Amino acid sequence: MILAEVLKRFPKKKEYLIEILLEYQKQKETHHFEEHELKEIANYLNIPESRVCSVVGFYTFFSTEPRGKYIFQICRDLPCQLNDNFDLLSSIQMILGIKVGETTQDGLFTLEYTSCLGHCDKSPAIRVNDKIHGSLSLNKLKAIVAECKEKENA
Amino acid sequence: MPKIKINNLEIFADPGSTILEAAKEHNINIPTLCYYPDLHINSDCRICSVEIVGQKGLVTACSTPVKDGMDIKVNSPRALNARRTITEMILANHDAHCTTCIRNLNCELQTLADNLGIDATRYENILEPKAIDTSSYSLVRNPNRCIKCGRCIDVCQSVQSVSVLEIIGRGRESVVSPAYGKLIADVFCTYCGQCSSVCPVGAITEKDDTDEVWKALDAHSKHVIVQVAPAIRVSLGEDLGLPLGSIVTGKLISALKMLGFSKVFDTNFTADLTVIEEGHELINRISNKGVLPLITSCCPAWINFAEHEYPELIDNLSTCKSPQQMFGALAKTYYAKRENIDPKDIYVVSIMPCTAKKTEARRPEMSVNNEDPDVDTVLTTRELAKMIKQMGIDFNNLRESNFDKPDEVTSGAGAIFGASGGVMEAALRTVKEVLENKPLKILDFEQVRGTEHIRHADVEINGATYKVAIVNTLGSAREIAEQVKTGNSPYSFIEIMACPGGCVGGGGQPYGTTHAKARERMHSLYQVDRLSKIRKAHDNPAVSNLYTSFLGNPSSSIAHELLHTHYTNKR
Ligand code: SF4
Ligand code: SF4
Ligand code: SF4
Ligand code: FES
Repeated sequence: MILAEVLKRFPKKKEYLIEILLEYQKQKETHHFEEHELKEIANYLNIPESRVCSVVGFYTFFSTEPRGKYIFQICRDLPCQLNDNFDLLSSIQMILGIKVGETTQDGLFTLEYTSCLGHCDKSPAIRVNDKIHGSLSLNKLKAIVAECKEKENA
Repeated sequence: MPKIKINNLEIFADPGSTILEAAKEHNINIPTLCYYPDLHINSDCRICSVEIVGQKGLVTACSTPVKDGMDIKVNSPRALNARRTITEMILANHDAHCTTCIRNLNCELQTLADNLGIDATRYENILEPKAIDTSSYSLVRNPNRCIKCGRCIDVCQSVQSVSVLEIIGRGRESVVSPAYGKLIADVFCTYCGQCSSVCPVGAITEKDDTDEVWKALDAHSKHVIVQVAPAIRVSLGEDLGLPLGSIVTGKLISALKMLGFSKVFDTNFTADLTVIEEGHELINRISNKGVLPLITSCCPAWINFAEHEYPELIDNLSTCKSPQQMFGALAKTYYAKRENIDPKDIYVVSIMPCTAKKTEARRPEMSVNNEDPDVDTVLTTRELAKMIKQMGIDFNNLRESNFDKPDEVTSGAGAIFGASGGVMEAALRTVKEVLENKPLKILDFEQVRGTEHIRHADVEINGATYKVAIVNTLGSAREIAEQVKTGNSPYSFIEIMACPGGCVGGGGQPYGTTHAKARERMHSLYQVDRLSKIRKAHDNPAVSNLYTSFLGNPSSSIAHELLHTHYTNKR
């Protein structure tokens, strides 16, 4: 998917910045932004490149590093930490075999931190791409990963 | 009118004013940190928190409008505690080595901590040191001193429309920096220095070149001369304990002599020269149907902006070098010859209100021998004040001296170059008189004076009416440049200065320059003009003498070689 095609579908209004970013990042295989792409978006909306860069840096669901197909984001805020009784962080690192900030060799999984997902009532929670999974247990976590792998093998 | 109480004092406040404004109006001090008079209020820091009796939470005085009946306690124990806690937290994430900071004793954070009586802090310092950006000739950014007040971001975006700086990242890891955390030299920055002028702390400052100058002054082989820009004589005093707007020309010259400069010259002289060259350029373009509007070129931040954002306008730009660079070129040719000194042994320092001039002096075009820069080092007003203090000079008690020849005579026209509208007025005095071939009756072109960011005037010359515009700030320059680019500009001549109010509000002027302060300095410059014996550039005998003995005529080939330049599309 080339950026120009995504841009065409949005009005040239700065209110659409986040939508454009979300849409393009989803379409792009590596789910990340390169500098020239952010520049192109800034030019399209006629807003400063520094602004676009700032927005991308502010929201944890955007990235400027290449990522895998399934992006696992773990919440670092307090409720998730308090309700975590199985050590979510080391479990997921073990299951995926990568550390936070890394992507698996096969390009399937990326592990990242995020800020609060707004699901504190169901903490601990993680986000996998668009979907939030709450009330996690070790088994549930394994099942989520297994499901992703199944989808790939299907 | 809302009747309110602040610290038990009953006052009538202007409707629509904020608590801070109402307090200031009645000389009640409320500490602030992120607030800056000419910028947007973003209420980031919460230092201005005050208590309103009967209300649960504290409110920020800078952003809360007054309401009838408000009973405000600026220093209630709760407000004071909040203010102290915030300050201590800022200090815990700050490189507070004050004694080795350029802003020592002139820093808003330091003053705040002092006023709050903070002598110990409850929090451990958690600063993770980051690299200092020294990539440019003009500015240094030290993120370890940044308190994220957002002033620089606002001035760069909403006043200058350049948008170099932003908050990058989030939370504790966020930094104020150019996009992608790049160095300032790797993004497009005009080096106007307005960000350094509004920064409350030592996080953005000019690149300090005072050591270079001390070294040159110490080297006996060098003939070190200095030129002083018009705007310095009305601002330097502020940094040396004198009242705002003091005219300190004579003391300034004495101080420079004491610092060890062999000759002290006035940039007003080459400002006069600029008027002649640029005036003739305008006359030529008008009579030969050349590219109009002609746009001034003495502001290097505007030139950087034009080359990058509006290369379409390059042919509109006057080819005249700035007065600083005309001086440099003449110093290493005409002056060297006259004084019989090898140009290689001449070291030229300029004192400028400007951080962009530091980068201008490094442009490859600004070298008559294509090797060394014509102007070796540029110091800002602030750096000169620093050197005067280092030397232990009692500035206020200095005797007055005069500039060295040939610059001892300069015109009032050159002096007002430091104010927005000044180049326009100076040029009009010459162009009108030359074209009409009879002495001007009224020298004051009041219609081009002022501080609004865009001003227009109709000027009558020989029965024809010409429209001119005067622009200051790059945000306004963008508006006018768009007009010219799309062919909708009604003007013949446009003056553009990057800083609010022109160089009197320059990015190298004393820290904390506001529109109001710039206006005071501007008044003083017009006073210098009023008191000048000569008020038209072409009446300056030293300039005429330079033409007869060296340059020939305005726009002669030697004038072109030394006094004119060209621009590059840098988009
Ligand atoms: S020098 Fe001027 S253009 Fe550059 S970052 Fe500062 S305010 Fe912006
Ligand atoms: S650099 Fe200075 S003006 Fe900019 S945010 Fe930091 S402290 Fe404020
Ligand atoms: S207006 Fe004056 S001080 Fe400001 S950038 Fe231009 S030349 Fe420098
Ligand atoms: S000065 Fe009011 S919030 Fe910063």
